Amino acid sequence: MSHEATHAPPARLADYLGHGRHTAGHGPWPRLPLVEDVWLAASRRLAHAPWSLLGEWADGTTVLAAIGDPAEGTVAVLSLDTQGGRFPSLSHARPGAIRLERAIQDLSGLTAVDLEDTRPWLDHGTWPLAAPLGAARTRVPAPLPRPYDFLAAEGESLHQIPVGPVHAGIIEPGHFRFSCFGETVVRLEDRLGYVHRGVESLMTGAGLERAARLAGRVSGDSTVAYALAFARAVEAATGTPVSPRAHSLRGVMAELERVANHLGDIGAVCNDVAFGLMLAHCGMLRETVLRAAEACFGHRLMMDRVVPGGVAADLDEAGSRRLLALVAECRLRFEELFQLYDTTPSLQSRMIGSGTVRPELAERWGAGGFVGRASGRSFDARKAIAYPPYDSLQVTVPVLTAGDVNARVTIRIEEVRESLRLIERLLRTLPAGPARLPVADGRGQGMALVEGFRGDVLVWLRLRDDGTVGRCHLRDPSWFQWPLLTVAIEGAPVADFPLCNKSFNCSYAGHDL
Amino acid sequence: MMLKLLLRALLRRPVTVAAPAPGAAALEQLGRRVSAKTQARLGRSLAIRAVDAGSCNGCELECHALNNAYYDLERFGIRFVASPRHADVLLITGPVTSNMREAVKRTYEATPDPKWVVATGDCAISGGVFAGGYAVAGGAGAVVPVDLGIPGCPPSPQTLLEGLLALLEQTR
Repeated sequence: MSHEATHAPPARLADYLGHGRHTAGHGPWPRLPLVEDVWLAASRRLAHAPWSLLGEWADGTTVLAAIGDPAEGTVAVLSLDTQGGRFPSLSHARPGAIRLERAIQDLSGLTAVDLEDTRPWLDHGTWPLAAPLGAARTRVPAPLPRPYDFLAAEGESLHQIPVGPVHAGIIEPGHFRFSCFGETVVRLEDRLGYVHRGVESLMTGAGLERAARLAGRVSGDSTVAYALAFARAVEAATGTPVSPRAHSLRGVMAELERVANHLGDIGAVCNDVAFGLMLAHCGMLRETVLRAAEACFGHRLMMDRVVPGGVAADLDEAGSRRLLALVAECRLRFEELFQLYDTTPSLQSRMIGSGTVRPELAERWGAGGFVGRASGRSFDARKAIAYPPYDSLQVTVPVLTAGDVNARVTIRIEEVRESLRLIERLLRTLPAGPARLPVADGRGQGMALVEGFRGDVLVWLRLRDDGTVGRCHLRDPSWFQWPLLTVAIEGAPVADFPLCNKSFNCSYAGHDL
Repeated sequence: MMLKLLLRALLRRPVTVAAPAPGAAALEQLGRRVSAKTQARLGRSLAIRAVDAGSCNGCELECHALNNAYYDLERFGIRFVASPRHADVLLITGPVTSNMREAVKRTYEATPDPKWVVATGDCAISGGVFAGGYAVAGGAGAVVPVDLGIPGCPPSPQTLLEGLLALLEQTR
């Protein structure tokens, strides 16, 4: 029946799943090898369907796209074996594909046909290899990053402000090009890729232990989320069981990470409008969380604590008590800070109406995390995918539609409350049993979607017969959030940029890989 | 609410930790590098310019933590500044990616003498987990001269503090 898809695209993603053969050994969601006609039909359907493009990457000369249908909670991976290294671009269906496909062109050397923006993205010309993940060719690296054709903004009295890659502060590197009319931003364009370390290339051929360490260092602030997504992908590929205790401890760590990051950023956003008191108090609270994490799990950021098969650090009775006390203390102190945020007019007047992202755009780009949820897109992998331990918890997902700085901060405040509740619940119902089980011998392909503090982290991997990684792709939530930042600042004064930027807090390292 | 918070902060004992001793290993590393002349010039203050040269941002989180009330870096006369032109110390994190190599060099050149480079974290010391990749130089030392390495993945604020105090001690 699959030939019908080329004429009348099925309405539901699930209908695609009924067609054709699925790739064996791909879990937990099906992978559908498509012929080019069906890929094109799926692309046309994607343009109008209420589906999300969750990711797009290449494995050798095969291009893969993960699509989700939030209404049904269905996910599928579509794949196309390219002919002559060319594949039809999905960028006309979903703009979020543009940068993903530019990265595919840079890293894998394939060509996205009809891609509207063909400028190199991660490749600045400085690597000794072209297409490092594809048919890698050696070349003479450029001594300087290649010049970049920034999008034009033309008109009388326009001037440009170049910022970065080295920024004023303890900030990751990236370049921002502002085109301004007086103090007003007419266009902002970001150029990223400065933090590209070649993580996916280092993953190839790595054993699971090393690969897990690499995954945990894609974006340090989301180390638990990445390690968890990687572990879940391995477990899906190999059919490794995970104990209920490990699921719960992973949940505790993931929520601690969310609380710590939200606290740090809420303080920092307030500091950007010169309200240092919040930064001071949120900073102390964040430090309290990190110290508890170190005492209970042995690392302040909980790096390398989530591993394939379970967790590397079990929690003893004393640790459990300490975390419960932490939750009680955080709740008390955080509510005071929230009240302060909510009742200080000078804060509110800067937050409300600044850096607005309209809901249509958040939906179009498939923006996740608090950026999406502040602009009406309710997707949260903990609820939509409901992976353990969240399958047994009622996760409340706050959603607002204002899309401004205040909405993003408010969503994060609500999420801190919810995470504290989840941590307490997980600790009070912590199952006994092993915290780690051996990884099964199965070899296959696996994918996972995990809700980090910033949004959904996607990991897809293919294991080789010898148990090493054949290909691993990691997609940061920032891919679909960075472009919205440039929209949020349009028409605003340049001086609002730090505030807008901090309210997004996209990852450079996670995006650049 | 604000007054209540402020009042309580006044009445409560400070959370700030006692100053750690300068790290012995760091002192050892620095011993030979600081001349009496530079000591006289700097007095008891250090201006630090942080440069992320491809870090996963874990080191940045801990550098930020140095400014919280627990570690309160500024009480030692050490502060992060916005421009390399104001800096005595470049604190480099990350394995130095190929795409950041030139920016790191230029930042170094923009920093006035006398200056020190602190390679912060395992990546800046040796490339860390990213060593050997096609897109990294493999540590700050491959691009600029390094005076001190502070190990860790990431180094804790306490470790950072010990390293920086050793630097201050030597440059006094």
